[in-house]
Amino acid sequence: MSISAIKIQDLAFQYPRQEGICFKNFNLEITAGERFGLFGPNGAGKTTLMNLMTGLLKYSAGSIRLQDHEINDHPKSINTIFGFVPQDFSFYPELTARENLAFYGAWYGLNKKQIKIRTEELLNVLGLASVADRIVKSFSGGMKRRVNLAIGVMHKPQVLFLDEPTVGVDVQTRHAIINYLKELNETGTTLIYTSHQLEEATELCNKIALIDDGKIIAHDSLDVLLEKHGHEGMEGLFLELTGKRFRD
Amino acid sequence: MHILRATIIKDSKILLRDRVGLFMMFFMPILLVIVITSVQNSTFELVNNNKVSLVVFNKDEGPMGSQLVEALHKIGLFKLQMADSSMSEHNIISVMYDKDALVAVVIPANFTAFIQHKADGIATRALSDPDSMQVKSLAAPELTDSLQMFYHPVMQVSFRQSIEGALRSSVQVIQGETIVKKLYSAVNQKEIPTDLQKQILFSQFPITEIPVSRTGSRTIPNASQHNVPAWTIFAMFFIVLSLGGTMVREKNSGSFIRLKTMPASYLHALYSKQLVYLTVTILQAAVIFAIGNKIFPYIGLPALHLPKDIVALFIVTAVTGYCAVNYAICIGVFANTPEQSNGFGAISIIIMAALGGLIVPSFAMPAHLQKLLQISPLHWALEAYYGLFLEGGKLGDIWMNILSLLGITVLIQILTLYGLKRKNLI
Repeated sequence: MSISAIKIQDLAFQYPRQEGICFKNFNLEITAGERFGLFGPNGAGKTTLMNLMTGLLKYSAGSIRLQDHEINDHPKSINTIFGFVPQDFSFYPELTARENLAFYGAWYGLNKKQIKIRTEELLNVLGLASVADRIVKSFSGGMKRRVNLAIGVMHKPQVLFLDEPTVGVDVQTRHAIINYLKELNETGTTLIYTSHQLEEATELCNKIALIDDGKIIAHDSLDVLLEKHGHEGMEGLFLELTGKRFRD
Repeated sequence: MHILRATIIKDSKILLRDRVGLFMMFFMPILLVIVITSVQNSTFELVNNNKVSLVVFNKDEGPMGSQLVEALHKIGLFKLQMADSSMSEHNIISVMYDKDALVAVVIPANFTAFIQHKADGIATRALSDPDSMQVKSLAAPELTDSLQMFYHPVMQVSFRQSIEGALRSSVQVIQGETIVKKLYSAVNQKEIPTDLQKQILFSQFPITEIPVSRTGSRTIPNASQHNVPAWTIFAMFFIVLSLGGTMVREKNSGSFIRLKTMPASYLHALYSKQLVYLTVTILQAAVIFAIGNKIFPYIGLPALHLPKDIVALFIVTAVTGYCAVNYAICIGVFANTPEQSNGFGAISIIIMAALGGLIVPSFAMPAHLQKLLQISPLHWALEAYYGLFLEGGKLGDIWMNILSLLGITVLIQILTLYGLKRKNLI
């Protein structure tokens, strides 16, 4: 029997002072060890769902369970289970890459020795070793993306949430990030991933969900979905299920 | 402890790498203290050493006009400049601007006649039967033209009133002299001897000014003793511009979102900011006091004399800095943008400085504002510093001020916690 990394049941959420319900009776289960991709057009609710799963937003009804912990009322200490790589750069640009990793490592509860070992490991794996002591402000967009990712995996999380981790990067950096995420998944980390890069669904995800207007409109492995809807690629499937009208 | 240490290191590095921020935190307060002390010192010297430029238009052709000019000269407060007495009011104003004079006095044409007439009347009444009809019918003479004093509008009321007082005193000296002469000659049938005249009129009772001090020290407070502590407090509270803005920027940045998803509490970030910026405020005060003490004499300003109770000075500085830092954090928690934080922070500090007696002495404030000033932390900090710097007090003399300052700090912290919970930050 497979174990759930995340189990969402009858979720309801609405932004205060805003019209329209974001989620109502929303259900989703992500199995531990999956590379799960969450796709959808702008405004579909991908980032909101990510914020709800990481506890940044509080839901009004239903349940989100991270492993066995209810997200809305869990103690902060269980936040060591997951890592989060937000869409925006989430580090201190005035610090070096090494200093950023040391600071966030301490906040994840790692001791000095663990921080030192893990920092060197990540700087090497993500190709940042030669610039480790440079102020991050001076980095290129791709290098900043890699620092952003490195911080999120500093504590070797069991579940990793990634909100568009490859946005605005060149082919080389995207390739390096995707490869690293695959390696991480092989060590047992569940990946929960949002992106607008549809080809990444093919490259990275073994399960995807398409969401639109706060509802899941398709949820399965990419091969099954393509076969079911008679498409050869993700783009055709995406346009068929979400339509061609602008969303922003 | 490890998390707090890592956060302190992070905050310190960010602070030390912001050279413009450091410049604002250290150089600007020093400049502020030097400028304010220089300005206040020149006001001290204006009253005590420098002379006020006074243009005199003497329209009186008798001796009393000249005697009044002489009496004004003897006061020592004025640098007298005589002008053409036939000038119109419009020309007088032009002359004041030309001669860069703050005050002009016009002695009217019938000044001698008025003084003599008044002296005659008083002498006659003094030497006659007070119940006689002749004496009772003597009317007090009237001056057809008044003594006019033109003043520059920049002159403050208190300063203008002291000049007017000096002018009245000079007129009274001349009146007194004339009356004494009249009485002496009426009684003795001869002129009053010059030495007796001087003895009667100018033997003023000496006044010795003694500054009150708890230690019995007779050191006269100077502009530095008054201004350096006051404007150091102001500079410490102005950390709101740096810390409040940093708080808002961090709150609105991605780094804060990540911190919220981490196992450690955001309170670690607040404790770190308290410690790092408290150190900054203590260093600010130490640098300013050191400059006041060692450098001021080299730039023509009176030296700042440090209090004897250095431990008390450190405690007051630390408590003031702690209050300033907590106020900045509170503003940073409630503000949504750096503009809100900077605008509200800066203006609220100026208002609290005004209420606290930094701009105008608290004893000179109206009664309703004197009650309000108790809510200003700057007031309690200033009272504590004045207790040490001006009164030579010790920790035991100022503990009530320190407790009040701590009480306000606790209230600010409660408000901050409410803001953190309301905004879902902790």
